[in-house]
Amino acid sequence: MPQTPRTTPFHARVAPLKQTGIWKHWSGYLVPPSYHFSLNHEYYAIRNAAALLDTSPLFKYRISGSGAEAFLCHVLARDVRACRPGRAQYTCWCDERGFVLQDGVILHVKEGEYWLTAAEPTLRYFRNVARAIGSAVEIEDVSLDYGILALQGPRAHDVLSRLTDDATPLRFFGACSTRIAGCDVMISRTGYTGDLGYELWIASPDAETVWDALMSEGGDYNLTPMGTTPLKMARMEAGLLLMGVDFQMSRFAWVDEERDTPLELGWSWMFRKLDSDDRDFIGRSAIQREMEGRTSRWKTVGLAVDWDEYEAVHTEVGLLPPRHEIYRETTMSVYRRGDIEWDYAGYSTSFATSSLLRKPLAIAKVPLDLSEPGAEVDLELSVLHRPRTVLARVERLPFFDPPRKTAAMGGDS
Amino acid sequence: MSTTDRFDAIVVGGGHNGLVNAAYLAKAGLKTLVLEQRHVVGGAAVTEELVPGFRFTTFSYALSLLRPEIVQELDLVRHGLMVLPMANTFQPGYGGEYLFLGADGHTNYHEIARHSVEDAEAARELSHGVARAARALKPWMDRLPPTPMSGQPEDPAAIDELKAYMAGLDPEVRSLLESFAERSTAEILDEYFEHDLVKALYASSGIIGSRCGPRSKESGLVWLFHKMGDYDGVPGAWGFHKNGNGGFTQVLARAVEASGGSIRTDAPVEAVRYDDGKAVGVTLADGTRVDADLVVSALDPRRTFLGLVDPGDLPTDLVRHIEGFKFQGTAAKVNFALDGLPQFPGLEGREDIYRGFTNIGPSIDYLEEAFADCVEGRYSRRPFIDCCVQSTLDPDMSPPGKHIMSCFVMYAPYHLADGDWDSEREGLGDTVQETVEEFFPGFGDLVLHREIVTPLDIERTIGLSEGNIFAGELFESQLFFNRPAPGWNQYRTPIEGYYQCGSGTHPGGCVSGGPGRLAARRILADRGLGS
Repeated sequence: MPQTPRTTPFHARVAPLKQTGIWKHWSGYLVPPSYHFSLNHEYYAIRNAAALLDTSPLFKYRISGSGAEAFLCHVLARDVRACRPGRAQYTCWCDERGFVLQDGVILHVKEGEYWLTAAEPTLRYFRNVARAIGSAVEIEDVSLDYGILALQGPRAHDVLSRLTDDATPLRFFGACSTRIAGCDVMISRTGYTGDLGYELWIASPDAETVWDALMSEGGDYNLTPMGTTPLKMARMEAGLLLMGVDFQMSRFAWVDEERDTPLELGWSWMFRKLDSDDRDFIGRSAIQREMEGRTSRWKTVGLAVDWDEYEAVHTEVGLLPPRHEIYRETTMSVYRRGDIEWDYAGYSTSFATSSLLRKPLAIAKVPLDLSEPGAEVDLELSVLHRPRTVLARVERLPFFDPPRKTAAMGGDS
Repeated sequence: MSTTDRFDAIVVGGGHNGLVNAAYLAKAGLKTLVLEQRHVVGGAAVTEELVPGFRFTTFSYALSLLRPEIVQELDLVRHGLMVLPMANTFQPGYGGEYLFLGADGHTNYHEIARHSVEDAEAARELSHGVARAARALKPWMDRLPPTPMSGQPEDPAAIDELKAYMAGLDPEVRSLLESFAERSTAEILDEYFEHDLVKALYASSGIIGSRCGPRSKESGLVWLFHKMGDYDGVPGAWGFHKNGNGGFTQVLARAVEASGGSIRTDAPVEAVRYDDGKAVGVTLADGTRVDADLVVSALDPRRTFLGLVDPGDLPTDLVRHIEGFKFQGTAAKVNFALDGLPQFPGLEGREDIYRGFTNIGPSIDYLEEAFADCVEGRYSRRPFIDCCVQSTLDPDMSPPGKHIMSCFVMYAPYHLADGDWDSEREGLGDTVQETVEEFFPGFGDLVLHREIVTPLDIERTIGLSEGNIFAGELFESQLFFNRPAPGWNQYRTPIEGYYQCGSGTHPGGCVSGGPGRLAARRILADRGLGS
């Protein structure tokens, strides 16, 4: 049916579980923003039990061939050589001017073969780069061939280990292929929640079988299907940026102010070894110049809103401070504190009231001199329809970082 | 032969630019009269009920480039402006193949990806590039164009400003602009797309109303021109005015009258009168004279300079330029009253495929072959057809359950190598009907009535020379500095008090109102009435 949304390989399982009746569109696919009326029910499944999320709308690519590594070394900004077979890597790719095109997670499946997920299409872009440099690489769009499930939460390993032993030895960002319920599945210890968790690549025809196996085994651990909104609440606590919200694809920007460099996004850790890195990657000279000259225009940081002030600005006007299941992707202004009133300094891109951490959080872009942990700024809220500011402090991301995220699950670690 | 009336300003021609111009002049306090030769104002933007209940957009049929400033300044919403979205585009192919795009970018991605995944990605990139290129030119579309030949100090300053502006553009945008100016639509599309149907969908904008094929160099600029507008802020998108573009020009007519202007229909102007190099009024075909020392021609350049006045009274280089100004109309309309909706195999019963443009012309080769016929001096044996079933957007366009379908047809050259349009008219109608039938089987059985409008009919009925829908080709040699002639691109003429405001002036064709508005600014400034 033309001009209707697509459905994922898990659709037949997802649809009957959805109690809210609400769908949203993600890259042209039907997905539930949440299954239940209580967002927190799903959010706490991530933090206290296990949650299962269908992330199949992501774009998926297989990059293979004798020139695959060399190609990826050129096109990706982060050094993919650090990602050995059986490992995964969070990465980004930039344009020549050092602005971020996209971020994604790459799996080094085996020597000469990588799988990549991305939020937006990049097949043509990658192929154009490969054609331009004459890479011996094959880049295939396998988006329709696989469904992806994210199994996240402290009990994720318990659920998965009932179905396979192969997950147990996986370290954070480890990956391996295994069989679940008789189906070939690629698993990686990755996720978008900042918690213990796994992501599973499942051939589309096997999707329902694997879903059923997980849901059946997960019952004992309160495994809950989870929609995209609780996921986004968790990803904020994890300090994970969302493309289209916290930054835009450089390719579709109108002006440079809509673009970010990786350093401006707080990803300088990706380039810690740039001095010893001999790669000629796209955007390198711009990034190097920016590092050396400290010419970043801003830095993307976490802001924790001072609870007392947050409460005060609301109680002063007779309101309860709103904090139940608030997650926003609209810009809020950030001001420099001092003698000048409304001294504009930057803006936040995501805002949420963290139920677990008991404070409102924001992801914001601030000038470099306000970017160190502990720096204080004012964040603008609308309180009873009037602009008010509240104190917010720069915090090191992630806001929430439980040891279990990276802890050994037994076996060799 | 007596003077019957005296006005401050006379606008010759009640097309949309004439009406826009008159509304501004009237609003500035001038006692303004619009003289329209036909029984209805609108020029090419008219809606006519040829069969009871069926309203035909005889000529112009969609809206995008209407300058937003005009909507605000002339308070058009109060006068009934209502532009409905043409959100969908349907491109039928052969053997049940098709491309059906709508308002959602992701859904469109998946639809294009059915044909080519790379093309689906490229489409977004191209749209963004085109939108940026169009945005870059917009400031120059909406201001009085300079001329290097005026001797006025503001002109070299404006040209320097233009040069600095172009030099200051994002290099990516500048190189895109150069691409559109120097390359053909097909050449640009080859860089983005691999699938024929996808290319064809985009290529149509590069040929509309122009004597060029998708592989002709001129088509790049024609394409960009058609993307200069927007629908409700969506760059490059088009809309359909309530009751057709005739509905829109009725809105303009109300704006004219609300400002105190007068409109006289069935009043063809024979000549502009001038005395000692100064305009003094007009003479109508029936001999009536109307006086005004300000006369504005909304007609095309040929009729403005060679028809309404004696070219012998004009500088010879101007006359030579206007004589060489290319009209060479190549488009026709065939409009159908239908007993029901056409059906596309596999999508039977889908009304939504018609809520926008339906592009018949499934490949670049198809379009190029259609153009080859034109070059040979005959109408295309398999023409490109841009169809709009406007009754799917506006129920007032046809009786309930029935439909009206506007078909814009290319190519139909004004000058035929053999025969003449009066004898070829029905043949053109048959060809269009057969072509639609090929993609929508059973179409012929739905036809209750058809109206065939050849380039000759366009010229005869509404006076556009050689039937050119833009009042002159939108080629680089006829734009900006040169529209309609070097040194005469600022709405003035060599006759004092005689101005031009039609689509043959900057910024050019399409229902933009830009020429009418900018001419009014020129006139009011010249009279010390401007702001």
